[in-house]
Amino acid sequence: MSVMTANTQAAQPTPPSRKRNSLSKGKLPRWAVPATAAGAIIVGAAFSTLTGFSVATFAIYSAVLFVIAGTVLTSVVEGRRQGRNAMWTYLIYGAFLLALIPLASVLYTVLEKGLPGMNSHFLFSSMNGVTGAVDNQSVADGAPVIGGAYHALLGTLMITLWATLISVPVGMLTAVYLVEYGKNGVLAKAITFFVDVMTGIPSIVAGLFAAAFFGLLLGPNARMGIVAAVALSVLMIPTVVRSTEEMLKIVPNELREASYALGVRRWRTILKVVIPTAISGIASGVTLAIARVIGETAPILVTAGIASSINTNVFANWMSTLPTFIYYQILTPTSPTNIDPSVQRAWAAALLLILMVMALNLGARLIASLFAPKKGR
Amino acid sequence: MAKRIDVKDLNVYYSKFLAVEDISINIEPKSVTAFIGPSGCGKSTFLRTLNRMHEVIPGGRVEGEVLLDGDDLYGPGVDPVTVRSQIGMVFQRPNPFPTMSIKDNVLAGVKLNGKKISRSDADSLVEKSLRGANLWNEVKDRLDKPGSGLSGGQQQRLCIARTIAVKPDVILMDEPCSALDPISTLAIEDLINELKSEFTVVIVTHNMQQAARVSDRTAFFNIAGTGKPGKLIEYNETAAIFSNPEQKATEDYVSGRFG
Ligand SMILES: Nc1ncnc2c1ncn2[C@@H]1O[C@H](COP(=O)(O)OP(=O)(O)OP(=O)(O)O)[C@@H](O)[C@H]1O
Ligand SMILES: [Mg+2]
Repeated sequence: MSVMTANTQAAQPTPPSRKRNSLSKGKLPRWAVPATAAGAIIVGAAFSTLTGFSVATFAIYSAVLFVIAGTVLTSVVEGRRQGRNAMWTYLIYGAFLLALIPLASVLYTVLEKGLPGMNSHFLFSSMNGVTGAVDNQSVADGAPVIGGAYHALLGTLMITLWATLISVPVGMLTAVYLVEYGKNGVLAKAITFFVDVMTGIPSIVAGLFAAAFFGLLLGPNARMGIVAAVALSVLMIPTVVRSTEEMLKIVPNELREASYALGVRRWRTILKVVIPTAISGIASGVTLAIARVIGETAPILVTAGIASSINTNVFANWMSTLPTFIYYQILTPTSPTNIDPSVQRAWAAALLLILMVMALNLGARLIASLFAPKKGR
Repeated sequence: MAKRIDVKDLNVYYSKFLAVEDISINIEPKSVTAFIGPSGCGKSTFLRTLNRMHEVIPGGRVEGEVLLDGDDLYGPGVDPVTVRSQIGMVFQRPNPFPTMSIKDNVLAGVKLNGKKISRSDADSLVEKSLRGANLWNEVKDRLDKPGSGLSGGQQQRLCIARTIAVKPDVILMDEPCSALDPISTLAIEDLINELKSEFTVVIVTHNMQQAARVSDRTAFFNIAGTGKPGKLIEYNETAAIFSNPEQKATEDYVSGRFG
């Protein structure tokens, strides 16, 4: 290796010269942009202090100064086209940073307020038997908060699992029909239309639908986990259909034809060639659909009610999920006189929920790369 | 088991559009037949009617008869799946299944159909088919690697191996070399010459020299103008088509005075 490099270097007719490349004439030197930024920050700080210092005005003044100075400098040295390029580059980066602010601040707030309440007691005990008196006592003693979200965590897992079990087969079969069989037929067009309509259904309406539907079947007050799962699958199915449809559509037709030409039937071709080729995209689409419904609150309240003890049976009795747990802890604190324990539990549950959604998103990427058709030798 | 194909008065449609009109042609068993003609004259369309792949396209339909050793492919009650397992097809662009290893690609016709096959039978079928496609020596050490990791020419030979593994009577090839370099092309042409001893081969090509090199008989198709149907102009021994064609249009085309 090193011999090779030495040889190639020796073979170079002229060694690379250190003088400034004439092709880079009329360009700003590398340090110009950081220097402008530093200048903008200093002047921005000065302006901001004049009008009574605050972080917001400081950031705004510096950013505006930087964009103006950078643009003018580039225009003067490198020409108008480069100047405009610089301006738009800075503006786009600025928009990106602006978009990051809410995300970062949400994460920060949830971590700050949720971490104190996040411990194994919170994770593995329910609210069973935790009353206002218990909270008052622990506040008075300065003792750790009693009671946690174990029942809500289990409820979230069970209800989401059942919602997935319902919506994945329905959604995938619908997508297979649309792409492989329906083509542009009347039925396929109608289904596409209704899937589009379903995408826009407000989640509370989905909840009311499921509650009313089971109410008709089982009588009023038929509230249990499975009803909530049905409500969530009404919300999930259109997402699953859409993402599966897109994935099936990008499977090249040549693969289907290759399979037909080997004398393979249509349904086997779909099952063994088309779906395996698209499975990574389908799986990550499903995971994202789960992430979308896992935080739903309203449809759970009207279908599964609220519970403070552990219930792992989705076919009987009320159930809590993390979002409804948060909602109830904030809206009706366990102890109306000492709301701090409830607030702490709510934030810890919020942190847990965010972690779950993040895990799902990471899981989607993992699944996509695991199932992706293998490349290379 | 090579079989003969006899086509009688075949019209091929895309919905209402008549793409190929009134073709009658007899293809001998254990021979190589080349289809040549200008772009858009319906060579691919006609070729795909020979194993009922045409009807996979929405609106695709035919009138007339295609006889495989006397049995009409389009007769009532004939299952296109049976037809396709007897008449295999190799496409213009190599299309190995991306989710499968080289070995599984060769076994695709068996495995996708859910047939049980013992491990030793599978191994010998893989070796026989890959040897038949002149690919065995290049891939025998990496049968479990994905088929998409091969070069274009190797992929095309893998597709040929996949086709001969289902032991068809006839192999149709639609411009099998058009995406390949000259060396891979020669490898495939040699292969076609060998396939002739066991199969009936029909090949579409734009390469006149290729048609002259590999085929026993050549069919020249032409089209009167855009929107008009393609027709079979002349069908004869390859030597006769290239040295002594009967039709003026054929002579113009093979001598390069066309379009
Ligand atoms: N899927 C399709 N739907 C409608 N018309 C089609 C379709 N495929 C091909 N055609 C038409 O059928 C005619 C014949 O096309 P075909 O692909 O068979 O030509 P070809 O001889 O194979 O041409 P080439 O040499 O360029 O491959 C053309 O007019 C083409 O526009
Ligand atoms: Mg063609």
